[in-house]
Amino acid sequence: MKLIDWLLKDAPLATRREITPKLGFLLTVLLAVVWLIPFLWMGVATLRPASDGINLMAELMPSLKPTLDNVRDAWEIGDFPRYTLNTTIICTGILLVQFVTITLAGFAFARLDFAGKSLIFYLFLMQLMLVPVLLIVPNLKLVAQLGLYDTLTGVMMPFFASAFGTFLMRQAFEAIPTELEDAALIDGASLFQRIRHIYIPLSMPSFSAFAIISVTSHWNDFLWPLMVINSPDKRPLTVGLSVFTATAEGTQAWGTIAAGTLMVIAPLLITFLIFQKRFISSFVTSGIK
Amino acid sequence: MSLAEPAALPVAASAAPRLHVLKRFSDRFKASLPAYLLLLPSLVFLALFTYGAMGRVFVDALYQRATPKAPVRFVGLDNISAVLADPAFTGAVFNNLVYAVGTAIPSIGLALLFALALARTSAISSALRAALFLPVLIPMVAASALFLFIFLPNVGLLDYYIGRFLPVLPNWLGDSDIALYAIMVITIWKNAGYYMLFFLAGLQAVPEDVMEAAHLDGAGPFMRFRHIILPELKPTFLFVIVIATLNAVTQVDHVFVMTKGGPSNATNLVLFYIYQQAVEHYDIGKASAATLLTLAALMGLTALSFRTMANREGGP
Repeated sequence: MKLIDWLLKDAPLATRREITPKLGFLLTVLLAVVWLIPFLWMGVATLRPASDGINLMAELMPSLKPTLDNVRDAWEIGDFPRYTLNTTIICTGILLVQFVTITLAGFAFARLDFAGKSLIFYLFLMQLMLVPVLLIVPNLKLVAQLGLYDTLTGVMMPFFASAFGTFLMRQAFEAIPTELEDAALIDGASLFQRIRHIYIPLSMPSFSAFAIISVTSHWNDFLWPLMVINSPDKRPLTVGLSVFTATAEGTQAWGTIAAGTLMVIAPLLITFLIFQKRFISSFVTSGIK
Repeated sequence: MSLAEPAALPVAASAAPRLHVLKRFSDRFKASLPAYLLLLPSLVFLALFTYGAMGRVFVDALYQRATPKAPVRFVGLDNISAVLADPAFTGAVFNNLVYAVGTAIPSIGLALLFALALARTSAISSALRAALFLPVLIPMVAASALFLFIFLPNVGLLDYYIGRFLPVLPNWLGDSDIALYAIMVITIWKNAGYYMLFFLAGLQAVPEDVMEAAHLDGAGPFMRFRHIILPELKPTFLFVIVIATLNAVTQVDHVFVMTKGGPSNATNLVLFYIYQQAVEHYDIGKASAATLLTLAALMGLTALSFRTMANREGGP
């Protein structure tokens, strides 16, 4: 209770004696611990030697003889370097194309007046509602017709335009004072020069917020690449992990599964722990991805 | 006023009446051209993979093959009625409703609790926020790999620690009465931290001095929650409910990894049914019909979220 009192020390003086908020806080602490248990198990099981046997597999107390055997096994059984490369290519490719499409479209909505603006705005808005994952069947057919079945480009293509990114850029561009652009206009700067030298440099925080959302969501995509990719060497991490898990589950190699899972999520977790604040504020703006 | 074409604007005023309309139209188009060119790259991809996809679902739902090798022929609404008559589909719809309600309510409730408890920023509360947010970041497939072991009969984490207090050990993923609820636990674990962020943002709008005044008037924590905080959070609730419902339809990767819709279709959800029809049975007609029905069902929600989003974005 002392600890809780200390935690609530800057609550308004009047409400400091109430018991309900303290109970709620206590419950939240308890649940936060429960929330971490799967991660804790993953770490402990990764380091547990196979000699401990299946019956100790669930033990959350770390083994006294930690070993990296599981990591080595996972590395050798699953083709994780290849999967990581594929996922990186997919995320980077999507982000680069999105960067161009959302900048141009965001600028049009923010600064230009044109016929049918509301209509086109609502066309964009519709993409937020028609979650792309529901359209896997027609899009798979299209990707196949374009000759992109079983290619990384096929995995990337449906995400090249982003309504969410366009709206984010529109907001960022609208906040930039027009005086800056007028000055450049007098100096004879073309449309693209103005976008390139005024709008993009001043909107970097919004770009990085969008990049965080885009990369995490496509890093985690599963169903769509599962449908598009057929060759084992083109699998992204998520599809690779699911195949790896199915194989290792058969041999009850849970330590190896834990190690494989750790490898898949480590890059995201480390980046999150470094840029925590930025991640959280980006996710707040994301709403519907 | 457009900065891109500043010269095109004041010219059209004195033309003849008939020409006037045409000319105004073409001037308007000319003035709009730069904007259209900037929007073109986005519109091409949206047309191919969003609107075009919608159109293709409509068309594909009307065609069927007599045998897998036969050419497609027009069958009208046969696919729709076949899907509606398929107990696997109606079962999946029912499961999905249970899943949607059973994941949205607990995860939103927990998210609200977390946000209320952690609204005040301190080193400890931001560490707890991070802990609760971690599951949001990881792929559903990775969460599934971890929970496969948690739910493993006899030696898994759950049975190891809790199972010993139960008279009979349940087979969490293997029992068709329990499996759907086991799947729901993962979704709640994964999403509560995400929804928490929206409530944290919403809580910032609750004025501190009103809270204090209410307290001085003798309002206890529940009264203040009911009459000050809840009304302030109404838009947040609406928004989070929409996202939670969309997630219940689209975020079903764990079904693929953990149960494949089984045992005996107990965890079959609509999107998995669509996948099965398309990829396992090569039945594009039925898969499209099921997609169409799902899209139609989401239309009501879409209208709702349209308004929510339009309010949030402030319109064009």
